[in-house]
Order: sequence, then structure tokens, then C-alpha cells
Amino acid sequence: MMKTMNDSKLPHSRVAKHIASLPKSGIRDFFELVMTMDDVISLGVGEPDFVTPWGIREATIYSLEKGHTSYTSNLGLLSLRKAVCNYVEENYSVAYDPVHECIITVGVSEALDLILRALLEPGDEVVYHEPCYVSYPACIQMAQAIPIPIQTVEQNNFSLNPSDLEQKITSKTKVILLNFPNNPTGATLTYDQKSEIAKIAVANDLVVITDEIYSELTYENQSQSIAAFPGMKERTVFLHGFSKAYAMTGYRIGYACGPADLIDAMMKIHQYSMLCASIMGQEAALEALKHGKNDRESMKNEYLMRRNLIVKRFNKLDLSCTNPQGAFYVYPNISSTGLNSESFAKRLLKEKSVAVVPGTAFGSDGRHHIRCSYAVSMDDIEEAMKRISEFVSEV
Amino acid sequence: MEKREKILELLQQNARLTASEISDRLNFDVDEIESTIKRCETENIIRGYYTLINEDNYHVKKVRALIEVSVRPERDGGFDRVARNIGKFSEVTDVMLISGNCDLQLIVVGESLNEVANFVAQKLAPLDGVLSTRTHFMLKKYKEAGFQFEDDEDYERLKITP
Repeated sequence: MMKTMNDSKLPHSRVAKHIASLPKSGIRDFFELVMTMDDVISLGVGEPDFVTPWGIREATIYSLEKGHTSYTSNLGLLSLRKAVCNYVEENYSVAYDPVHECIITVGVSEALDLILRALLEPGDEVVYHEPCYVSYPACIQMAQAIPIPIQTVEQNNFSLNPSDLEQKITSKTKVILLNFPNNPTGATLTYDQKSEIAKIAVANDLVVITDEIYSELTYENQSQSIAAFPGMKERTVFLHGFSKAYAMTGYRIGYACGPADLIDAMMKIHQYSMLCASIMGQEAALEALKHGKNDRESMKNEYLMRRNLIVKRFNKLDLSCTNPQGAFYVYPNISSTGLNSESFAKRLLKEKSVAVVPGTAFGSDGRHHIRCSYAVSMDDIEEAMKRISEFVSEV
Repeated sequence: MEKREKILELLQQNARLTASEISDRLNFDVDEIESTIKRCETENIIRGYYTLINEDNYHVKKVRALIEVSVRPERDGGFDRVARNIGKFSEVTDVMLISGNCDLQLIVVGESLNEVANFVAQKLAPLDGVLSTRTHFMLKKYKEAGFQFEDDEDYERLKITP
């Protein structure tokens, strides 16, 4: 008799081991719970609340009007790659060749997957810092390599201590993966920290992948990209995109700049699995680089004011909250309530209809923290903080 | 940007913000914000506070006209004396000197079409120095002072994302 899908062993046994062992995203359960509720104020959103600026949306429509609906080069439109390389040189002080050293991808998510798969072999180790974006350890595992986390801590403003990094490096380490400004903590690296990390990378002959998707949203002490330090350009893959700075998450346009051999290897995977990013998105991205600066700056200014407000409110509640220097998240410590982050988040949602994300979604050490996004309106921040204040006084 | 500029920019978007709310956003001292606002009021930099009403959603609907006025400039003072005199009429809410085919642009408000038309015929056009007028009645307002009058439709935006 034929076996049916109900046979308990079958679905498990045929999924590849390295996929079956991937944990489900910690946000998933929470997401299902929130979807069943009305009138939730959500501080749980990892994307801008702003709609893409009209000038960029209008350029997308114009691109369709002109009938630009085809594939593009696997690497992406050359005009966009030229504009990207100019932008990167102007703002991050590293010059890349748009023909050989730049690829347009479907968001930074795809770029990260491509570079990890291009670099890693089974058993290789990738050193990265936690708390971090949910996909890092998963993408490393999907590339059949071993994720080696370093915990960043509140006392150090969640910045990466170069000596902690150095301790994790072994003969199997191949890659250092960085994300500053950081999701979920909003932490940044100082010039000196970048310089130290760069020296470690050079001394140990490692590749550095730097996800700089939040870099335009740096509010204090902006410093050059790690790719710009001596000896780094040839070993750094710079990942960036349009989602956060231009509120273009739905367009799914990112890019990678790096040494030609690595971009070429990424391109091989990309051409067979993705072919190219959508041309409408690419043309919109070009418009963002050409004319999006004022909108970008005014959104950044708004985020800064929201950050000031939410940090002040948290500290008033006696929930310690470091002042994040970038991105649009705060990562307060909720241990004074006696709750762990998951029960804090679940009870806050049920009792006060405010959604936040438990720190455990971003790494195993997140039980004392919650992530609150301030990519929400001032009014919603005020109301959410009022409810959080009530909640904290009641638990 | 200097502090005063930042404070004024916030008040221009929302005149009801209190000094303490401005302080939450800009991390400036509350007393300093209050004294800056006071100074702006006495120095005539802040001229008033105004509420933007969407009359399409409100039962009291007034008639508004945008009026272009050609004016004979004067040897001393150019358009200023005439512009000021026009501005003294309570029916006139806005007066601007503009470049182009006419000299002044006004917004005039009345209870009815007739009232506005009579104002133009009996008060504005005969005024000394006014050469001609062109009246455009406003039919619908879509945006004013940076505020859209209609919100975009809601759609399935996610409430939790990584």
C-alpha cells in the first residue's frame, strides 16, 4: 500500500538535515498571535512606517509606462550599478568598479545568502555578533557552515568588542559578519573599533561581510565603512540596499560591492537562482539615488526625534535603555519587571494590546530584552509607552 | 540647524505641541524652549497659531476665491500701500505679491458666491490703484500647508516583521 503524507516519519525524513535542524524564526508564533487581534499598537515592525516617497513611486509608474518590463543584466542595470558605486564612494569612501565589483540583488537578504554560499564550505566557521537579525545564523547554516556567535552586551552599548571577536577566531574561521547600525539594538561601531576589527581580519586573512542597511540612519558619530580601512577593500563585501533609507522595503532592491572574484561567484548563484532583480524596482532605486536625498534626510530627522522620545520614556519607567546611535530600534532591559522577554511580550500584547518583539528572537541571550521599533508615529509611541507604563506598574 | 529653527519647524507642523513635548523630541531644555517661543512671539517671528480644517468633512462650508489683482505701482513703496489696504478687508485672508501676469494674489472668503462677487465688484475693483481683477472660485482643496486632505487606503501591512 502506498504511504500517505500522514505517515509520521515521512515528512521528517525527506527534508535535508541541515534544513530540518533550522529553528523557526522566533517572530513567527508571535506574528500569528498578533494577526488575530484588533487595535494593536505595534512596536514590532522592522520596516519604515513611511510610504516610499512619491517621487520614487512616480518613477516606478513611469518605468512601467515606458514599457520597461524585461529582464536586466544578471548583475543589474549598468546605470544603477554606476549610480550605486558613485554613491558608495561619496558616502563610504570606497571606490568600486560598477562593471566587475557590484551586483544588484533582491534585497540585502539575497545578497547575504549569495555571499555566504559563494564563500563557505562544510565545516567553515562564521563569527558574528548577537543579538542580530534573525536570518544570520540560519543563512550560515543553509550554507552548511557553522555559526559562531559573540554576545554583545548592554554595558558596552551592544557594540562589538574587538578582543571578544579575536577570542572566537580559530583555524576554521573564514568570515566575520557585521551589522552596524544593528537590528535589534541600534548599536554602532566607533572608528577605533572598526580599525581594530580590520586589523584582526587582515592578520587572520578573513573575509568581512558588512551589512550596512541602516547606515544612513546613524544619528551620532558616523564613521567610514570598515571596507575603507587599510587592507580591507580586497577582503570586504559591502552589503547595502534601499529598504530602510528610502522606505522601499517592498521593492526588494539591495546590492553588494566587493572584490571582483567574490562578486563573480555571487553572480553565478544569482543568475541560476534569481536571474535578476525586478527592473521596476531597479529603476525606482536609480531615482532614489538621483533625487531621494531630501526625503531621506527628512525621514531620518523624524526617526531621530522619535528615538529621543522613546528612550526618554523607557528610562522614566526604570527599564534601562541604552541610547541607540542608529537604525530605528530600542532594546530595553525588562529584567526589573521579573518577567522574561517572552512572557513580557505575550502578556503586554494580551493585557495592553501593544506588540513588541522578545529579545530571544534575535539570539539565545535575549531573555532580558525586548525590541521596540520606533518606525511608528509619535502618537503611537506616546500611546504605546503609556500602556507599557501601566503594564509595568501592574506586573 | 540652530535650536530656534528646529523648534519653529516642529511648531509649523503642529502648533499644539507643548514645550515639554518639543523637549522629548529634540532633547532641549524645557525652559529654553519656552523662552525661545516667547521671544519669537514678541519679535513677531511667530505671528499666530492657526487650525487647519477640512471643510469637506464639516457642515459649515464657506466660499473661497483665489483672486489675481493687477496694481499700479507707486513711486514710493511700489505695491505695498495697495496691498496693505486690500489686506485690511476682513473678507481677505491672504495677500501675496507674486511674479508673472498679475501683481497680487488674494484669497477671499465669503458665505456665498454672491457675497464674494459683490466684494470684488464693490470693494476690491474700485480701490485706488487696482487696475484689474481675475476671480477663480475654489472648488475643492486637496492639500494645504503640507497636509493631504485624504488618507491613503489601508492595506494588509504586517504588524510584526524581523
